[in-house]
Amino acid sequence: MSDILASATASKGAPPPVPDFPEDEPLYESRREIYQQSVKGRLRTIKWAVLVGCLAVYYFLPFLRWYRGPNQPDQAVLVDLANNRFYFFFIEIWPQEIYYFTGLLVMASLVLFLMNAVAGRVWCGYLCPQTVWTDLFTTVERWVEGDRRERMMADAQPMTAAKIGRKTLKHFLWLMIAWWTGGAWVLYFADAPTLVKDLATFQAPMVAYVWIGILTFTTYSLAGLMKEQVCLYMCPWPRIQAALTDQYALNVTYRYDRGEPRLSMKAAAKAREAGEPAGDCIDCRQCVVVCPTGVDIRDGAQLGCIQCGLCIDACNSVMTKVNRPLGLIAYDNDVNIDRRRQGLDEVYPIIRPRTLAYAALIAAVGLVMIYGLMTRSFTDLSVLHDRNPLYVQLSDGSVRNSYTVRILNKRPVHRIFVLAVDELPLARLTAVGISMTAGDWPVIDVGPDSTREVIVHLTAQKPADLPPSSRVTFRITELGTGEKVSMSDHFISR
Amino acid sequence: MAVQPEIDHATGRTTTGHEWDGIKELNSPLPKWWLYIFYATIVWSVGYWIVYPSWPLVTNYTKGVFGYASRQDVTRELDALKALRAERAGALARTPLEDIAKDPTLLTFALAQGKAAFGDNCAPCHGLSATGSPSFPNLRDDTWLWGGGIADIHQTIAFGIRNADDRSRQGPMPGLGGPNGALKPDEVITVANFVRALSGLPTRQGYDPAKGKELFANNCAACHGDEGRGNREMGAPNLTSRNFLYGSDEKTIIETINLGRGGVMPGWAGRLDETTVKSLAVYVHALGGGQ
Repeated sequence: MSDILASATASKGAPPPVPDFPEDEPLYESRREIYQQSVKGRLRTIKWAVLVGCLAVYYFLPFLRWYRGPNQPDQAVLVDLANNRFYFFFIEIWPQEIYYFTGLLVMASLVLFLMNAVAGRVWCGYLCPQTVWTDLFTTVERWVEGDRRERMMADAQPMTAAKIGRKTLKHFLWLMIAWWTGGAWVLYFADAPTLVKDLATFQAPMVAYVWIGILTFTTYSLAGLMKEQVCLYMCPWPRIQAALTDQYALNVTYRYDRGEPRLSMKAAAKAREAGEPAGDCIDCRQCVVVCPTGVDIRDGAQLGCIQCGLCIDACNSVMTKVNRPLGLIAYDNDVNIDRRRQGLDEVYPIIRPRTLAYAALIAAVGLVMIYGLMTRSFTDLSVLHDRNPLYVQLSDGSVRNSYTVRILNKRPVHRIFVLAVDELPLARLTAVGISMTAGDWPVIDVGPDSTREVIVHLTAQKPADLPPSSRVTFRITELGTGEKVSMSDHFISR
Repeated sequence: MAVQPEIDHATGRTTTGHEWDGIKELNSPLPKWWLYIFYATIVWSVGYWIVYPSWPLVTNYTKGVFGYASRQDVTRELDALKALRAERAGALARTPLEDIAKDPTLLTFALAQGKAAFGDNCAPCHGLSATGSPSFPNLRDDTWLWGGGIADIHQTIAFGIRNADDRSRQGPMPGLGGPNGALKPDEVITVANFVRALSGLPTRQGYDPAKGKELFANNCAACHGDEGRGNREMGAPNLTSRNFLYGSDEKTIIETINLGRGGVMPGWAGRLDETTVKSLAVYVHALGGGQ
């Protein structure tokens, strides 16, 4: 290219030739089939454990029971959309307490940041649903069609009845898992045992079947058909995490200071004898064939690497066989590669300002949430002053203000409250549709786990004695327990 | 002249050959499945043209083989809403007017329906907040011409005031002034000041209370009562109230005495169904003035 430009500038007067895009350079890339090879090792064992744990929670959690009292759902985790309630073990959340979810999401993202600062893309490699289900689907594929070599050979050969049979069985099993995944999803939104029975007898609501269908489709296509393409092209997280990492974060790293120059075993032995430099990497490509996204870790940290650590297991088993030290590929970083090359000791500062800040934020958000949950009130009151009109003058010159009062009863029992007003001594309070009174104050009963809205009218006899706008406090007192909640508003007299 | 693609040394990848101020674009090929999905969406959109209404024609549009029209959706949703409301609407129709407020669910339903119906039918005269305006009563205060009990309110809404229907409220305020009237102009002024005094408003200089009382007793008390407290049977307002329908200034009161008043309200029994009229009565009664 530089030659072309040089020749162009040489021939004065003529414009430089614009390099046109050649026909054979594709703008679209065919998918490279990845035949992931099985591997054994410490990280693979951890991955199995995480996979089994995550899937067990996902598939069976809806069946876990949690007794809350009569006429209350006994499902431990339940999103009750019809009644606007979310149940999580001992916690029950109303829609207006959605900030608990906000807190949970803030915590989740901070934990994600912390994981990233400590050990890179732990989420991508071990916990992400895409990784977990892809791993499960690949395992099924391996179980039906054999490991890497067998699958490659089978795919290279023409179709036979046996091959069609195996492929059919694989897709059938994938669809079954996908269908079960969709089925488990809907169980979080209704009583699980009842819904399972209804689904089996075709009595369940249409929306349940539709959602099972949608999730069957997404699970089958994303975990079975798309696999690594999701990570490479669809997911925003690989792009974001580049901004969250730093030089001390432990990433799955090829220690090129030890590995290079790559030589075959024989060549390396010869070089070592001659006192010439020889790396530990024997270029066996085991790290590449076990990779779920098909990248070569020896090219360094890259977008396609989900840092699952399977190449670490593969390389360690090879290093054991060739009798070289383990850890040619390991959780490490470029700082230590440079330090080793300069003959310095490795440093692994897990505790550093970034991780401390994340940990402190997690602790702070967690404490605020625990405090919020511990002091969560089971009674609440909201008062809304009428906006139009602000006040009404009556025939005898007194003035009335109207308010909409809403009482929230978050306990699973019927409760009775007395509604009263402080700071307005001569006022009279009436509530629409409430005939019961205690003294001069209306008595309002509220059903279990529900709210009640009441329109109230507050009348002041001598508005001239009041300022144009004065503060009033509405107070509810539960009969029996004496529990009090109050809420301030204003009384407009002119 | 075909040119070999340039290789970027930092990444080892080819460039597209595009260059801006020395910055070159790397060739990052899109996955083929992305392209195929893009084509599939184009095919899918053609399917939409065939099955759904799509292309505008000169005077019409293509209807699509599914025969879909958004109007049907509206009708279906409205029908579903009606079916949903049928249970409570039925309960509202069966429940006597006085008992509606005792059932919280029914009260909530009636208030919601009443509020909507009020906005549609009553707000043009009485205002969106039911506070009225001169000539149109404020429905939130406790000054009622024809009674503020829920049955009275229901009666007024159903049949109206001074309209052609025999069942409507009747009772005119005759004009007492003019050449052939019962009161002479200076007497009208005296009575007007007497009325202002009744509700505690200041009177003009030289006003004779004794004469005012005598004139009121002879001409007004038959309807408005000896003490001016009005009579709801004939819609004669309580003149001791601070709230005046047409205005409390002397000029307006003189005009009322001279020319009389006869505001008309239409009856709603024929236009709105019975449950809506009931809901309106409950809503107006709950606004604060209900007695």
